[in-house]
Amino acid sequence: MSEQSRIALEPRTPSIRLENVFKTYGAGGTAVHALAGVSLDVEPGEYVAVMGASGSGKSTLMHVIGCLDAPTSGRYLLDGLDVGELDDGDLATVRGRKVGFVFQSFNLLPRTSAIANVELPLVYAGVGRAERRARAEAALDAVGLADRREHRPSELSGGQQQRVAVARALVTSPSLLLADEPTGNLDSHATVELLRVVDALNEAGHTVVVVTHEDDVARHARRIVRLVDGAVVEDRPSEQGSA
Amino acid sequence: MRPSDVLRSAWRGVGANPARSALTTLGVLIGVGAVILLVAVGNGSGKQIQENIERLGTNSLTVFSGRFGPVQGAGPQSRDQSLTLPIAAALASRAGAPDVKSVSPEVTAQETATYEGTSHAIGQFVGTFPSYFEASNSPVSRGTYFTDTDVEQDRNVVVIGQTVAEDLFGTVDPVNKRIVVGGTPFTVVGVLANKGTSGFVDANDVAVAPLTTVQQALTGYGPLSSILVEATGPTTVTAAQSEVAAILDRELGVSSPSEASYQILNQAQLLSASTSTTHTFTVLLGAVAAISLLVGGIGITNIMLVTVTERTREIGIRKAVGARRGAILGQFLAEATTLSVAGGILGVLAGVIGSRFTIIGVKPVLVPGSILLAFVVSVAVGLFFGSYPANRAAALRPVDALRYE
Repeated sequence: MSEQSRIALEPRTPSIRLENVFKTYGAGGTAVHALAGVSLDVEPGEYVAVMGASGSGKSTLMHVIGCLDAPTSGRYLLDGLDVGELDDGDLATVRGRKVGFVFQSFNLLPRTSAIANVELPLVYAGVGRAERRARAEAALDAVGLADRREHRPSELSGGQQQRVAVARALVTSPSLLLADEPTGNLDSHATVELLRVVDALNEAGHTVVVVTHEDDVARHARRIVRLVDGAVVEDRPSEQGSA
Repeated sequence: MRPSDVLRSAWRGVGANPARSALTTLGVLIGVGAVILLVAVGNGSGKQIQENIERLGTNSLTVFSGRFGPVQGAGPQSRDQSLTLPIAAALASRAGAPDVKSVSPEVTAQETATYEGTSHAIGQFVGTFPSYFEASNSPVSRGTYFTDTDVEQDRNVVVIGQTVAEDLFGTVDPVNKRIVVGGTPFTVVGVLANKGTSGFVDANDVAVAPLTTVQQALTGYGPLSSILVEATGPTTVTAAQSEVAAILDRELGVSSPSEASYQILNQAQLLSASTSTTHTFTVLLGAVAAISLLVGGIGITNIMLVTVTERTREIGIRKAVGARRGAILGQFLAEATTLSVAGGILGVLAGVIGSRFTIIGVKPVLVPGSILLAFVVSVAVGLFFGSYPANRAAALRPVDALRYE
């Protein structure tokens, strides 16, 4: 509980603070730096787009921010909490409660209904059945899929599957929503629908970080961070309203 | 994660691949069923042998004249060491042998009996006292026993076994009929109840007559062939044996065990020896069955490894939404245990149903402990053989699991 008191003491704690983060694969002469000293602050309520060519390290950055992968060196504070000091079980809790993740390939459980997929994070958070169902239904309502609850992923379109994934990401009311190329597998119509949902979530106060290589998607964000070879080369506000 | 959620996800995992789950379950089913059934068969055959021995009378000791095994120091014997009636009388003394209930001296002859032109070679024609019937556990089913008076007055009466009765009389009631044995007529007063067969000896191929009559008519007044001693109860058989040995040593002038010219056969010892033999047999059968249970367990490991590999991506998704190591471990352990418990329950059923049939001449007798044990082991098999694949699943790093195609 000490983390919470620290958050209370420092009202301006950034949602995400990366300090000189490296992620290195291999060792010695053949070592590859997927992240080469990234430092980045994201304030609560921000809407950030991370852009870059493929291989620029933007997915690795997302995995580090989402606590799916640990940095090789450097410090990462999530809501003021040093993630590097957490053990395996605490990391799982952080992934479940503080972060909602949306993947390019949806990553829904096959042969499992939409509502059961959305309930999954609540199952691992130890929430009871009745409350789980109510919250999952509310989350599906929020993404406009109230009538698709019992459908399995194979019975849903790509756009619908991705919206189920968004519902799953926000069902635990995380402070941070991470989306890794969320529109990469969607047609333009589904892309517009999904971005409208994400925009609404940001307006409701969620911190949103989106990885994309599409300018149309990045234009929804208020800040654009550009990576080249694992380093930040550009960090500027986006031209909002030009879309 | 709540226990009910763990069970639900385990059930869903098992149900996702019905054919595969059924075959894995079959491995455990065969193992558990085999353990229960084979132990029941071993137990049943043990019971059968025990019953056969008990038919001979477990409270009794038989004293034989002569020595089995190599004769040591075969010098000239200074004393006659054969069993005689006075020795039998000495064994019956209340003071020297308080644990002896009755003493029945026996003489035996191989004779052919005839009845109205039908003849039958009697396996054993025994001359003895009436106490023989109780000591050898030989009740009559028709007619009566002969009495002490019959012995005193050398009456020509006989009690015959089932085989003798069937061979000589067929369907005719033998009681009060006259048969001729070795030229001497005997009146049949009773027929023994069926004693069954133990080994190669037909226990029903006997005839029992008063000692004095048999000596007079058939064997002459020589030494006894054996003395049947009945102890006062099952617990005093050993005490009676040492009392009998002490009296015999004194009467026969035996000073060291190597000189003893008699043998005491203890039915209880025979019983315990055969019990331990059948116990070994049962353990052996159980061990063979346990191997099949082990193979069933390895089947679980195998199929769970396949499942974990197939569902690597699912594990990644679960970890990404907050599943702890323990939750993943629990899910796959629960799946493995569901398979093994299902196999265990069906195996118990198969074993119990199978034990209702007679198998290679043995009526299996269920051992309740083996059912419990086999079931507990099947649960343990699931936990043990499921733990390796489950650990592999739990140890996956989320980012690696998510990248898996």
